[in-house]
Amino acid sequence: MRITVNVSTLGQTKWYEYAIRFFFGGLVTVAAGLLAKKFGPTVGGLFLAFPAIFPASATLIEKHERERKEERGLPGKRRGREAAAVDAAGAALGSIGLLVFASVAWRLLPRYAAWMVLPLGTLAWAAVSVLLWMARHRISHPLSRRSQDIPKPLRS
Amino acid sequence: MIRFLIGGFVVSAFATLGDLFKPKSFAGLFGAAPSVALATLGLTIVHQGKVFAATEARFMIAGAAAFFIYANAVRRLMMRFDWPALPVTMSLISLWLGSAFGFWLVMGILQ
Repeated sequence: MRITVNVSTLGQTKWYEYAIRFFFGGLVTVAAGLLAKKFGPTVGGLFLAFPAIFPASATLIEKHERERKEERGLPGKRRGREAAAVDAAGAALGSIGLLVFASVAWRLLPRYAAWMVLPLGTLAWAAVSVLLWMARHRISHPLSRRSQDIPKPLRS
Repeated sequence: MIRFLIGGFVVSAFATLGDLFKPKSFAGLFGAAPSVALATLGLTIVHQGKVFAATEARFMIAGAAAFFIYANAVRRLMMRFDWPALPVTMSLISLWLGSAFGFWLVMGILQ
């Protein structure tokens, strides 16, 4: 399966859906700061990996997928829920990347500048997450990859 | 207010980036992006110093491990029981909290 970028999906998201994400993102960031101030960095640190907008994102995916199916006259309820479940499977892999980000920040922040460590950590998150996704995809769909590797017969 | 705006912007940016990609399992990676951490750690370094921020990052490992349990639980429940996303994801936040504080205790004991 190929990874594709589809800009048209941005039009599917309504302005208030963007606003909800912005609001929850801001709220969790403020809450993480306040908790760290009140209870110290050990409790505050936990909330840096809080599933801030995951419920909102999963709900939006379910809704958009259902609407897309229903527009074609097909029942979309089941399809919408499956899409949200698949999104959660991706988030589970991303959370291992998040663990690597945290480890990089923990080990390197006391020694190096933040402008170096935070982008490096983000890069490590992306690399680990994408590699895990690719490995999982290869394991669960071994034939799809092999069929791509088979050279097509030449036409005379 | 600045923390709210930065947090809102960074979290929205990662979520929008996730919207762009297909397949959905790949887009899902962005659901666990380090968006809150990026928004918070920079400000923490400025106000409380690098050691405080590094300690936060260390205990973020516990939060990330809890996220892994949370996301897998959401996936399993939605696949097996065909329940809607909002109640499943919201009710399982308690699982995240329980797991995160469980790991937090273990890390505290090991420290």
